[in-house]
Amino acid sequence: MLLEVRDLQVEFRTREGVAKAVNGVNYTVDEGETLAVLGESGSGKSVTAQAIMGILDMPPGKIAGGEIVFQGKDLLKLKEEERRKVRGAKMAMIFQDALSSLNPVLSVGAQIGELFTVHQGMSRKDARTKAVELMDRVRIPAAQERVGQYPHQFSGGMRQRIMIAMALALEPDLIIADEPTTALDVTVQAQVMDLLAELQRELGMGLILITHDLGVVADVADRIAVMYAGRIVETAPVHEIYKRPAHPYTKGLLESIPRLDQKGQELYAIKGLPPNLMHIPPGCAFNPRCPMAQDVCRTDVPPLYEVSPTRRSACHFWKETLDAGQ
Amino acid sequence: MPASEPILEVSGLVKHYPLTQGILFKKQVGAVKAVDGVDFALGQGETLGIVGESGCGKSTVAKMLVNLERPTAGQIKYKGEDVTKLSGRALKAVRRNIQMVFQDPYTSLNPRMTVGDIIGEPYEIHPEVAPKGDRRRRVQDLLDVVGLNPEYINRYPHQFSGGQRQRIGIARGLALRPEIIVADEPVSALDVSVQAQVVNLLDSLQNEFDLSYVFIAHDLSIVRHISDRVGVMYLGRIVEIGTDEEIYEHPTHPYTQALLSAVPVPDPEAREHRERIILSGDVPSPANIPSGCRFRTRCWKAQERCALEVPELAVPAVLRIGEKTPAQHDSACFFAEEKHVVPTE
Repeated sequence: MLLEVRDLQVEFRTREGVAKAVNGVNYTVDEGETLAVLGESGSGKSVTAQAIMGILDMPPGKIAGGEIVFQGKDLLKLKEEERRKVRGAKMAMIFQDALSSLNPVLSVGAQIGELFTVHQGMSRKDARTKAVELMDRVRIPAAQERVGQYPHQFSGGMRQRIMIAMALALEPDLIIADEPTTALDVTVQAQVMDLLAELQRELGMGLILITHDLGVVADVADRIAVMYAGRIVETAPVHEIYKRPAHPYTKGLLESIPRLDQKGQELYAIKGLPPNLMHIPPGCAFNPRCPMAQDVCRTDVPPLYEVSPTRRSACHFWKETLDAGQ
Repeated sequence: MPASEPILEVSGLVKHYPLTQGILFKKQVGAVKAVDGVDFALGQGETLGIVGESGCGKSTVAKMLVNLERPTAGQIKYKGEDVTKLSGRALKAVRRNIQMVFQDPYTSLNPRMTVGDIIGEPYEIHPEVAPKGDRRRRVQDLLDVVGLNPEYINRYPHQFSGGQRQRIGIARGLALRPEIIVADEPVSALDVSVQAQVVNLLDSLQNEFDLSYVFIAHDLSIVRHISDRVGVMYLGRIVEIGTDEEIYEHPTHPYTQALLSAVPVPDPEAREHRERIILSGDVPSPANIPSGCRFRTRCWKAQERCALEVPELAVPAVLRIGEKTPAQHDSACFFAEEKHVVPTE
């Protein structure tokens, strides 16, 4: 096992009170595996990733509990200095918005090369050669000529490739990609996802893909973890979850997306809104929106029930949901 | 061509933004050709979807339809009358009938105005629609129609979620009882579970008020869901247009095929047996459009002819022979060929 997140809790102190952004999250990633973390805005999927990377803004953020075990070590117990060695070299992150993640006044070559000079003490000249190699690898045309250019001279898709190049530079064991293609057009999205999947296979890295797009998940993921209001509500291998979801929220999401291959009737819509994180409803957080909710859902927080050796669902009525899916 | 009588006809629509050089004596050195010759017709009660990637000019078309931008050339005919030639009172009367719903519900609502003032503002401009004493009731009716509590009339936009704000934007669009609504990416800023609610709302409003929609979006699945006909735009032009079945099941233009094949399908089983056309490179700059067919720089079928001649948007000659098939629809390609790219179950 490469990474194990155990009962992670993250809070944010705000003027209005404490927002529980992550509320006991558990998931694991194996070597070479792609885990998709699916959720809507505010579900805590990005905050969990930031906590794993150690780039959470603290304060106002605060890790209130849990463990993040990476290659046998609990990252939360490491000193900041040790943590920094892990970050970048052992795990790296790709962000949604490449333009605001890159430094506008440094050439892309300098930014990619910096990883080698800082982490490996390489000379600037060697680092630049390495940068060209990496740009070639992520298929930026004319890498030799473009290594001295600045981020604004690249298109959105090319900038995202540069982000991927930086993430891969030190051949990390884990990559966290937070909505890596959301800002891109479909044709460019396909190029970038293909590249990422191919490089991941080649290097045997673990990948956490954070997204809200059920289509992207179906294309690349091995396993899915669905998040809602700061908790995991369902985890399953990708093939099973699309056929037979075991949580009403997953089921609702799958039914609410229009299909490319058929002109549907009225779309199924999950009623209501995601909860305010300051006032998460008692019991199951999804109960006010759930068509199957019973009294027990309003009082008891459902644990992650074992559906099968590879599947978990945080629904008191997972059996009924699963059967209804057929 | 739409099945019903066209309510809106657009022909040769062009919008060029000049690029100038020099400070005192500005001379034009070129133009950003945002929209470069667009033709379509919108039928009464119909939904026309327009899809395309960022920078293809779809939003500029929307702005010209509601007169937020003046076209450089071309006609927009509303019930046979060319809107681009109108001014003053006559223009105002037409604008009442064509309303817009914007993409971003966070920036398109004034944060200092109450919901009642936002939705009621169109009545300030067109007071003949509702007498002053009647406006509050009308606004409450509109809130009810879009599924919001009429008691929220005195609240401010920040007190609402994204989906609710988009409903407010829709209510504002409906206030003047328009016949046409131009919706520019109305659901793309919303979460998946909320998207479906808003799409369903737009659907039911269309039936209730007999509206015609121009629905602009980059999400091909949503466009298919809501549209009767679909136009695909690339770099300022429509490259293919037809009914939803013609475009999605029988696309003939290489760009449409690439676009459709690139959409991730929410079905892991499709992963193995689907063929994806991965286009190389990026969309060229609209200030520097390739000669001939504008898609040729990324097209795998491109030949010499494509650089020399501009293909027109019509039923391609190669497909005209033989009996009528769904592949016979307007497509601007010399080498148009039907190709099935959307995986079916």
